[in-house]
Amino acid sequence: MSDMNKVARLDIRGMITLRGDLASAKMKKAVKAVTGKAVPDVGRRSGGDDSFALWMSPDELLLMVPYDTVPNTIAQIGKALAGAHHLIADVSDARAVFSVSGRNARDVIAKVCPADLSDDAFPIDMVRRSRLAQVPAAFFRVDANTFELVCFLSVADYAHGVLQRSASHAPVVGFYS
Amino acid sequence: MSTRLTTGGRLLNREQPLNFTFNGKTMRGFEGDTLASALLANDQMLVGRSFKYHRPRGIVASGAEEPNGLVNLGVDGHFEPNQRVTTQEVFDGLKATSQNHWPSLEFDVGAVNAKLSRFMPAGFYYKMFIHPRPLWKHVYEPLIRHAAGLGKAPKDRDADVYEHFYAHVDVMVVGGGIAGLSAALAAGRSGARVLLVEQTAHWGGRAPVDGAQIDGLDADAWVKNALQALESMSNVTVVARCMGAGVYDHGYALAYERLTDHLSGKDGPRHRLWRIRAKQIVTATGAIERPISFAGNDIPGVMLASAVRDYAVNFGASIGDRTVVVTNNDDAYRTAITMVEAGLAVPAIIDARTSAGPLAEAAAGLGIRILFGKAISSVKGGKRVEGVTICSQAGEGAVLEEISCDVVAMSGGWSPVVHLWSHCGGKLIWDEGQSHFRPDPSRPPLGADGAGFVITAGIAHGEMSTRDCLVQGHDAGAAAANAAGITGKAGKAAMGDAPGEAPMLAVWIMPQGAGYKLRSKMWLDFQNDVKVSDVQLAAQEGYESVEHTKRYTTIGMATDQGKLSNINGLAVLSDALGQAIPATGTTTFRPPYTPISLGSIGGEASRDLFQPLRKTPMHQWGEDNGADWEPVGQWRRAYAYVQGDESVEDAVNREVKNTREALGLLDASTLGKLIVKGPDAGKFLDMMYTNMMSNLAVGKCRYGLMCGEQGFLMDDGVVARIDEDTWLCHTTTGGAEVIHAHMEEWLQTEWWDWNVYVANVTEQYAQVAVVGPNSRKLLERLGGMDVSAEALPFMTWADGVIGGYGCRAYRISFSGELSYEIAIKASEGAAFWDMLMEAGAEFGAMPYGTECLHVLRAEKGFIMIGDETDGTVIPQDLGLSWAISKKKNDFLGKRGQLRSNMVDPDRWKLVGLESVDGSVIPDGAYAVANGTNANGQRNTQGRITSTYYSANLERGIAMGLVHNGPDRMGEVITFPKIDGTEVQAKIVNAVFYDPAGEKANV
Repeated sequence: MSDMNKVARLDIRGMITLRGDLASAKMKKAVKAVTGKAVPDVGRRSGGDDSFALWMSPDELLLMVPYDTVPNTIAQIGKALAGAHHLIADVSDARAVFSVSGRNARDVIAKVCPADLSDDAFPIDMVRRSRLAQVPAAFFRVDANTFELVCFLSVADYAHGVLQRSASHAPVVGFYS
Repeated sequence: MSTRLTTGGRLLNREQPLNFTFNGKTMRGFEGDTLASALLANDQMLVGRSFKYHRPRGIVASGAEEPNGLVNLGVDGHFEPNQRVTTQEVFDGLKATSQNHWPSLEFDVGAVNAKLSRFMPAGFYYKMFIHPRPLWKHVYEPLIRHAAGLGKAPKDRDADVYEHFYAHVDVMVVGGGIAGLSAALAAGRSGARVLLVEQTAHWGGRAPVDGAQIDGLDADAWVKNALQALESMSNVTVVARCMGAGVYDHGYALAYERLTDHLSGKDGPRHRLWRIRAKQIVTATGAIERPISFAGNDIPGVMLASAVRDYAVNFGASIGDRTVVVTNNDDAYRTAITMVEAGLAVPAIIDARTSAGPLAEAAAGLGIRILFGKAISSVKGGKRVEGVTICSQAGEGAVLEEISCDVVAMSGGWSPVVHLWSHCGGKLIWDEGQSHFRPDPSRPPLGADGAGFVITAGIAHGEMSTRDCLVQGHDAGAAAANAAGITGKAGKAAMGDAPGEAPMLAVWIMPQGAGYKLRSKMWLDFQNDVKVSDVQLAAQEGYESVEHTKRYTTIGMATDQGKLSNINGLAVLSDALGQAIPATGTTTFRPPYTPISLGSIGGEASRDLFQPLRKTPMHQWGEDNGADWEPVGQWRRAYAYVQGDESVEDAVNREVKNTREALGLLDASTLGKLIVKGPDAGKFLDMMYTNMMSNLAVGKCRYGLMCGEQGFLMDDGVVARIDEDTWLCHTTTGGAEVIHAHMEEWLQTEWWDWNVYVANVTEQYAQVAVVGPNSRKLLERLGGMDVSAEALPFMTWADGVIGGYGCRAYRISFSGELSYEIAIKASEGAAFWDMLMEAGAEFGAMPYGTECLHVLRAEKGFIMIGDETDGTVIPQDLGLSWAISKKKNDFLGKRGQLRSNMVDPDRWKLVGLESVDGSVIPDGAYAVANGTNANGQRNTQGRITSTYYSANLERGIAMGLVHNGPDRMGEVITFPKIDGTEVQAKIVNAVFYDPAGEKANV
C-alpha cells in the first residue's frame, strides 16, 4: 500500500511568522497584498497556490510564499504595517515541509497525530497545530487526499521517519475511507 | 483423554491443517483453532503448574478469563511469556512451552509445596518472612525467586513493531456478540459514526454455540447478515481481534488490536493500540461463567460447562468421553445435551437445586441421569479427573455414590463483564435472582457535562435471554447515538427467542456444610492457589475489607485478575463475615481488561524513532568527522571531535589548547534565540531579566540573568538590541522552548495589555562561534564586513557578509578569547562551516565540542546554568550581584531575593577551588566541616559545582559553593572521596585564566 500513500519531503519554502491585530484594516490589506485573499478564519488557510496564509493563533499568521520572495514580502508587509504594533520573522529556514498524499493519507497521519481528521472536523484548508508522534507539527488539508505538514528543521529526519513508517505499514487501517 | 471429534467445529477449516510445537513436541491443529483447542485435540490437558503449590493445571475456560493456560510463546525476538492459550490462535510453526515447573511439566519438584499446604496458609508470606531478617536474604528470597514468576523474561530485543491509531467517533461499541451487533446496527442506522470492536476473530459471541434463534434464523446466519449490513455502512467501522481494553475520563478509550499474532508470516506492526475519543461508549462485553467451589475443583479435567461446550461446537474438540455436569442453573444442561449429541457420554447431571426448567426435560429425554439436590463431595484424580463422589448439597459431604468420569463441567451461573463500565466509575448493583453484580444504569460513569457516557448492553447489562439481549442492545445503541447528538432513525430490534428457564440457586460452596478438610481443597483462584479455607482464615484473622483480603490472600491478583475467582471469593468472605454480599462489595476494576503488550503502549516509539533526535545544520559534518555525541535535551551535540586514535580525553585537551592558542570553531546553533518586539518590549525585558535591558543601545549586546518569581536563577544569555523596539535574546540550549513559554505566559496572563510579541527563531539560524587569537584573521581573510576592534568592539553586533554569506556577527565571548558568534541562515549553515574549516586551516582552525566549551568557561570562572545552578541558587550566591539592577522598581525574582533566607550571610557562595595536589576533584563532592548534625552525619561547608582538568593550566580546577567562601581566600578545605581517601583544596578566585580579561578585548 506504500505506493498508494506517498510521503515526500518538500523543498524549502518561504515562511513568515506574522503577529499583529488580525482584525485591523492595515493587516487585512497587507495580507491580501501577499495572498490575494482575506485573512483566514480561525483554524483555516486562505490564499492562492503559491502564496497563502495559515491561521496559527488569535494574533498570529504563518505566511507561505515562494522562498525567493521572502525578503521582498517582509519588506512589503513591514511597510504596510508601519506604525502598527506587529512582528515579522523569517522562519523559512527553521522548518521542514512534508506532504502526505494518497487515498489513505488520513490513516497515515492518524497513527501519529491525535486530531479528528473526519471530513466534518477537518475539511479542505483546515489548519491544525498539533503533534506528530513526539514533536510539534502544524498541518493543513490541501485537497481530499493531500495534507502538508510543517515541523522544526532539527527534527526533520525524525518526522520523515515517523511518517514513512506510518505509511509503509500494511495493512491499511481503513478508518478514513 | 481429550481428542478431536470427527465432526463439528464451526470455526475450523479442516482443509487447512497446521503444525505447531508444545514443549518441543510437534502437534497438529487446524486453521481456526485456538492454541487451547489444538492442545486439547492433541490430548494435552496439562498445561502448567500453579503459582504457590505447583499443582498440575489444565485448561479451565475457553476465553479471556482463562487462569491456567499460560505459555511462553515464540522464540528469540518474538518470545513472550504468559500468553493465554485460549486467546492465541494457532498458526503454522507456532512454538509454545509451558511455564512454572521444574524440572518438567510432568514431574515438578515444587509440587511438594502442596504437601506442605497446611503450613502455607493465607498471609503466609507476611507471617513468615518478617523474622528472622537474615533468613529473608539467604533462604526465602532465593527460594521464592526460583519458585515464583510464571513465565521467563524475554532476553532479546522485541523484533516486532507497533503502532497507535487515533479515532474520533460518536459511538464506540465494545463486543461483537449479538447485543453489540444489535447496538452497532441501531447506532449505525441512526447515522452515528460507529466503531465496533470484538476481541476474538469471530462475531456473534456465544449465541451460535447456544443455539439461539434470531429473526427466524440460526444465530450464525443472522450474525453474518448483521455484519454485512454493518460493513456496508460507510459510517461504521468494525474491527475483529480488537479488545476494548480500558475506558477513561471524557470518553477516552483504548482498544488493543492484534494484527499478526495469528499469522505465521508476520509482516508490519504486531499490535495497534486504538486511542479513541467517543462521545458515547456501549459495552456489550458479555458475561463470564463462574466455577463452583467443591473439593478438587482444580484437577485438570474440571472445566467451565460453557468451555466444554465451546470446545465441542466451535473446535470439534472433546475433553473426554464421560462428562459429569455439575450446576446450579439451567444453562449447563446445554453442555450435557451437546455432549450427548456429539456421541459422548454424560453419566450424570448433578444439580444443586431441587428442580430445573425445560432444558432438564430435554436432557432427560436424551436419557441423561439428573441428580437433584446433589453435590460433588470431591473429585478423584491427580493430573487428570478420574471420577467424582456424590453427596447431598444440603449436607456435609458424606459420599452417597461414586461416578467415574474424565470431565467435570461446572457452572455456578454467569457474571456480567462489568470491567469497562467500572473503569471510570460506573457503579454496580447486586442482582439477587442471578447472584451477580450488574451495572446500575442510574449511576453511570460521568463525562465532563455531568451526564453518563457509558451504556451497557446485553448480558453485560444483566439481560439473560437472546430476546432481551437483542432488544436491550438495540435500545442501548439507539440511546448512545441519541446522546451523541445523532437524530436519525435506529430502525427495529431483531427478535430473538427466550426459552423458559428455572431460577438459579446461589451455591458458593459445595456441599454447603463442607468441613475444613473439604474446604481446604476448594480452589477459588486457580493460578494463585487461593482456597475457600484461605479466605475464611483471612476473615477469622480480622480482614473485613475485600481489598485487604485480596492482598492478604492474593486472591484475584494473578494475571487473570480474578475473572473467575472474585465473585466466589467475596461471597465466601461475606459468608464468613456474616454480612450480605453487597455489603462486602467488589474489588476495583482497573484497565486494561486483559494484559496488553508494552510495545503497543509505546506505539511507533521504538528503535531509531524511540525519541526525536534534534540535529543542527552541521550535524552531518560532525558524524563524518569524529564527533563524540552527548545528549543535550533532545539535541545531539559534539562533546569532542576525536581525531585518529586519540582518546576522547586527549581530544578535549587538544581542543582546549588549540582554541586558546590558535583557532577553535564551535557549533553554537542550539542556543535559543528569541525575538522580543514591541513598544513595551524594553519594559517587558526589564521585568524578565535581573539587569536593565531597556537602556541597551541599538547595536550593543549585554549578558543577562533570568530568575523565577522565587528569585532562583533559571537562565542566562546575551541580549542584543536590534532596533528601537526589537531585542534578540539568547537563551541556553535547554532554555529555548522553556523561556519562550515563560515569556508568553507572563505576556498572556499578567501583562496582557503590554504591546509585546515574542517569536522563537532558534532554528532559523545556524550559529558558529569563531574563537581564539586567530579568529579575526580568519574572518578578515574571508572578507565581506569589517570585524576590526574599532568597527565591531567587544559586546556589539553587526549585520553583514562573510565569505559571501549574509550573516549577523556578534562580538561576544564565553571563552575569554577574542571571539565572534556568526549567525547565518540554517540552510547555509553546513556550507558556511565547510568554508570556515577550509579557510581556517592556515590559522590552525579545529572544531571544538561542548566539553572544551565547559573547560574554557570554567577557566574564566563563567557560570553554567545547570552546573552552578540547581534551582536553589540565586545570582547573589554566584557573585553576580553586578548583574542585578538596583535602579529597577521590579523584576521577576526581586521580592524573592529579599526573603530572609536569601539575604542570609551564611548562604554558600561561589569560589574557585584548586586541589593542593593538582588532581581533579570529583564532581559533586562535599567539603566537610567540624562536628555532626542532628542525624549524626558529618557537617558540610561546601560542594563542587564544576570540576575539570585544564590543559592550559595543566592542573585540576574547580568551582564550588562554600560557606563564607569569598571571605576565606587561601584557606584549605577537605573533600572526602567515595573511595575513602580525601583531597585538599585551596579556596581561590574563580577566574583561573587571564583575570584581567585582556585576551577577549583586543
